[in-house]
Amino acid sequence: MFGIADKAVFLAYALSVASALLCVLYGVAHWNQGDEPPQTEDLQWAKEEKEEVEETL
Amino acid sequence: MDALTLLILLIYLFAVAYLGYRGYRATKTAADYLVAGRNINPIVMALSYGATFISTSAIVGFGGVAANLGMGLLWLTFLNIFVGIYIAFVFLGNPTRRTGHHLDAHTFPELLGKRFQSRALQVIGGLIIFLFMPLYAMAVIIGGAEFIGPIFHIPFNAALYIFAFIVAAYVVAGGMKGVMFTDALQATIMLIGMVILLAATYATLGGFTQAHQSLTEMAPRVPAALKAIGHRGWTAMPLFGWAKPGSSGPEAIPFNLWWTMVTTIILGVGIGVLAQPQLVVRFMTVSSRQSLNRAVVAGGIFILFMTGVAFVVGPLSNVYFARHETIRCRLVDDQALLDPGPDGKGRLTLLPPDALAEVISRAKRFIAYRLPGDAEDQALRYVLWTPEMTLTRGTDGRLDEIRPGLIAIARTATLGTPLSGNADAIIPHYVASAFPKWFGIVFLLTLLAAAMSTLSSQFHAMGTAIGRDVFETLTGERHSTRSIAITRLGILAGLAAAILLGKMVRFNIIALATAIFFGLCGASFLPAFLGALFWKRMTRAGALASLLVGFLASAFWSLFINSKTATGLGLCKALFGKETLIPASFSPTWAFVDPLVVALPLSLLTAILVSLGTRPLSDDHVNWCFGGPKPR
Repeated sequence: MFGIADKAVFLAYALSVASALLCVLYGVAHWNQGDEPPQTEDLQWAKEEKEEVEETL
Repeated sequence: MDALTLLILLIYLFAVAYLGYRGYRATKTAADYLVAGRNINPIVMALSYGATFISTSAIVGFGGVAANLGMGLLWLTFLNIFVGIYIAFVFLGNPTRRTGHHLDAHTFPELLGKRFQSRALQVIGGLIIFLFMPLYAMAVIIGGAEFIGPIFHIPFNAALYIFAFIVAAYVVAGGMKGVMFTDALQATIMLIGMVILLAATYATLGGFTQAHQSLTEMAPRVPAALKAIGHRGWTAMPLFGWAKPGSSGPEAIPFNLWWTMVTTIILGVGIGVLAQPQLVVRFMTVSSRQSLNRAVVAGGIFILFMTGVAFVVGPLSNVYFARHETIRCRLVDDQALLDPGPDGKGRLTLLPPDALAEVISRAKRFIAYRLPGDAEDQALRYVLWTPEMTLTRGTDGRLDEIRPGLIAIARTATLGTPLSGNADAIIPHYVASAFPKWFGIVFLLTLLAAAMSTLSSQFHAMGTAIGRDVFETLTGERHSTRSIAITRLGILAGLAAAILLGKMVRFNIIALATAIFFGLCGASFLPAFLGALFWKRMTRAGALASLLVGFLASAFWSLFINSKTATGLGLCKALFGKETLIPASFSPTWAFVDPLVVALPLSLLTAILVSLGTRPLSDDHVNWCFGGPKPR
């Protein structure tokens, strides 16, 4: 198909495009879901990440 | 360098410097955003993740493997998107983020260590990362050097040192912090470059179907050595099967390529990506589930155009080199002889003036030439001569023309490489040959930037592995002067190790080294990681046992069973006098099975059986790990 000799290779090509499409569809469908305000532990983690990890490097 | 190339180069550097300076004022790492309680643009987050994931290893290394072995590598693209983006972001991302923040873990080993109340887990995990990440870093650096070489026509070793110097300067200038804006910018330019690469390739070769058709028609030109191990053409999968136990000679080998391609390259990287330490910590830097959902869009598209393009353009480069390449040059010597050594497998060398007859008879004929723009004292360029080649001497001062008519891997054979060529040089040669110089340079610069973001995340992981996971866990010191020093020294040691390895093991190594590291991480860490996030009954003993079994099984298989690694490392031969320990009564195909497909099931089984057979962690602790209050 499309000049490709092996169906298995064509399938890989098609599945690559299809899975990228799946990612787009999933992301668009869930675009506005899952918005949570940051909790104290998130901010505490971020502070520690800056001070202990990033400043070290 | 001609005026147009110089102009475009200057515009590019100026634009990057300007945007970098504008961005510098607002220089923000992910942690900066989190501290401020703000959301990063999800496209920026996804592109930054993509730039960390994709590097010269993927484009140059795996692209070169695809050019050699064919479009079957697109199965890896499928896994990269479906597993590396979709499954990783949708199912693992948010639990990793919540658990990481809740347990206050800043590295992958720390996440496992706190979840399973095991300092041993954190220390051993840290050691594995620190000792083996240089392999992957080496692959990325070699990829950069293999690209710099052909574009600027300088020797590999010089290119290696130049790139290493650029990386070191980047590290010292504080580039380690993983500034997302810069990452995303470079990723965008890379994306544009890859789209141009794909469109131009299809256009030159006659369109979508015609290009594939031409490649299919070239199947008879697969080198005999590759045919013998199962290569059936660049638009077909290799031959699948399992050699009869005890077989030898030609009957022993016809399925080797399938098993190497599928188990090492496709599965090793495709599955191993889930347990890559430098990618896992990325999920902890995201502000909410919504960011992950939105990032999936950009992530999927980005990976498709990075690896998808590389694994299509790579194989198609065979059609370009065989049917389209025309080198306009000045012929210097159309009977240059290069010596491949007594077994034909050595690096090609020039013949000494007093060469023996037997050396002359085994030497191969090359054409030596110079491109316009090459300096007179610059090293000559070489291309392998075959009867298919046409040579046209230019009249009236016009340039000479060579139409080599070679397949891609053969086109890379030159002074210093093996006669069979260097897959890692195919993509650089293709870009240098088929595209205007300005495109090659811009593509190179963005490729190097993608490599830089990967390298910075690797060094980040190496540094925190030895400083925080090993040293701080063992000594109990937190963020002391000593631990900072050890972290920074660890990074330097890792860089030095990567460069040293790069000089030792060059040629056809990028994809293999990457796959080895991904497979090792997958077998060692994946069961414990999944258990940490999803299985409350997993115990400390189960996690630790699965880590050790996964690591040791991978090591054993790599050292004593898998032919490529066992022969390359040489320990089996040194200790037992044999290349591998596979009994003669077993199928020889076992030597081409990747450690991952044996070690991962073993470590998974170990995790389950040992967990069920040992005392569970306290309910209070498990509750805490899954979102509850911290026990007193």
